[in-house]
Amino acid sequence: MKPAPFDYVAPRTVAEACAVLSEAGGGATVIAGGQTLMPLLNLRMSQPFILVDVNHIEGFSGVTRVPGGTRIAPATRQAAALKDGTLAAHVPALVSALGHVGHHQTRNRGTIGGSVALGEPAAEMPATAVALGAAIDVASVRGTRTVPAREFYLGPYMTVLEPDELVTGITYPDWGEGHVVLFNELAQRPGDFALTGFVGTLALDGGKITRAGLAWMAMGPTPVAMTEAEAVLAGQTLDGIDIAALSDLALRPTAPFDDQHASAEYRRTVGKRLFEKTLRAALQVKEVA
Amino acid sequence: MSEHRVELTVNGARLAATTEARTSLGDFLRLKGGCTGVHLGCEHGVCGACTVIVDGAAVRSCLMLAVQAEGATVTTAEGLAAADGSLHPVQQAMRENHGLQCGFCTPGVVCTFAALVDRNERPDEAELVNAMSGHLCRCTGYQGIRKAAKALAEGTVGQSQQTGSAA
Ligand code: FES
Ligand code: FES
Repeated sequence: MKPAPFDYVAPRTVAEACAVLSEAGGGATVIAGGQTLMPLLNLRMSQPFILVDVNHIEGFSGVTRVPGGTRIAPATRQAAALKDGTLAAHVPALVSALGHVGHHQTRNRGTIGGSVALGEPAAEMPATAVALGAAIDVASVRGTRTVPAREFYLGPYMTVLEPDELVTGITYPDWGEGHVVLFNELAQRPGDFALTGFVGTLALDGGKITRAGLAWMAMGPTPVAMTEAEAVLAGQTLDGIDIAALSDLALRPTAPFDDQHASAEYRRTVGKRLFEKTLRAALQVKEVA
Repeated sequence: MSEHRVELTVNGARLAATTEARTSLGDFLRLKGGCTGVHLGCEHGVCGACTVIVDGAAVRSCLMLAVQAEGATVTTAEGLAAADGSLHPVQQAMRENHGLQCGFCTPGVVCTFAALVDRNERPDEAELVNAMSGHLCRCTGYQGIRKAAKALAEGTVGQSQQTGSAA
């Protein structure tokens, strides 16, 4: 399988990239690491007439601390993020999830921004952005805007990004000292897309949960935020959580799908078990500490 | 559509050629570089057979465009052995531990391990085995590949022509 022919540009600035995207009138596609896009091109599911390679844009790689959060430049490689000390300290949920993004070889090319921008519903990075309440910076010739991750995803590979817009950064808010990271997923083989899974963080203050951010992957057409479960968790003590009741609430907003790998019912059943098991294990650790 | 001039270093030699933008790095290495050790299996990132080393990191050459490799330093399976023909430790480990049958997946596996070994002479066994998950072996010879990984981690490559050394 070879891609349909296309042209290729590698702009050095956001302005140049946006100009190309604008002129192309919807016929251009942005490529960063290419680990999701290249299969789509090779299978001819995507047939742009021009590819805009953002790997060479100045400032498009790296992790920086910003007031109240941590900002990841979009073309930061997943492999680099996995080893990044700032992310390990401030966004550990993202690092936990990253270890499950594709394989060693694809993480060497794949980027955080590419995964967030494409919006594969079973992927870890979109779910993590939703769970943690990340903010996605976007630019076009018309100006810039910042979209909350929770308003970014519309469906599988569908987002609020306009065809002329480019993701320029993702900011993950701080969750405070001593927060609990929750992550688990089930995949057929390591590195495959999750059949079901979730990621999240509980912010703590003296044994009390002050804030919860949790989202499912592969449990609907987009990452699914567990909004009701989050609301119930806030204000509770760790040992006061009714895990069975909570997992029912957590599942309520999901709309899992059937495919050749798993039925919707399977995803729901296993997802619930996985959620309960992970929560129980996480709370145990806290009780000992 | 557009033809692009691409210049990169492949196995220590300069390779400059024009190519269509849509040409994958894997196809480019085979067609313009003569590196037929680059095996393209699935061409959509699943099998890992096409893995090569780009600027020190193992990547899938079917998921990277040749134009994106402009200026890069690439090593394929052909470039691993020394000039005198002596095998790279990874090749030696694969040979000693029966790490291949038909050999289709092998160049990719060898490049993945070599990138890790060349970065850190004694990589962790867990790290090597984790990286193995990025490869499918249609002959299902995973145990031999695993043994090779273990030998690399333990630094026992070349110490014995025997296979199946004590666990
Ligand atoms: S040919 Fe590249 S991963 Fe299969
Ligand atoms: S040795 Fe035949 S595919 Fe691996």
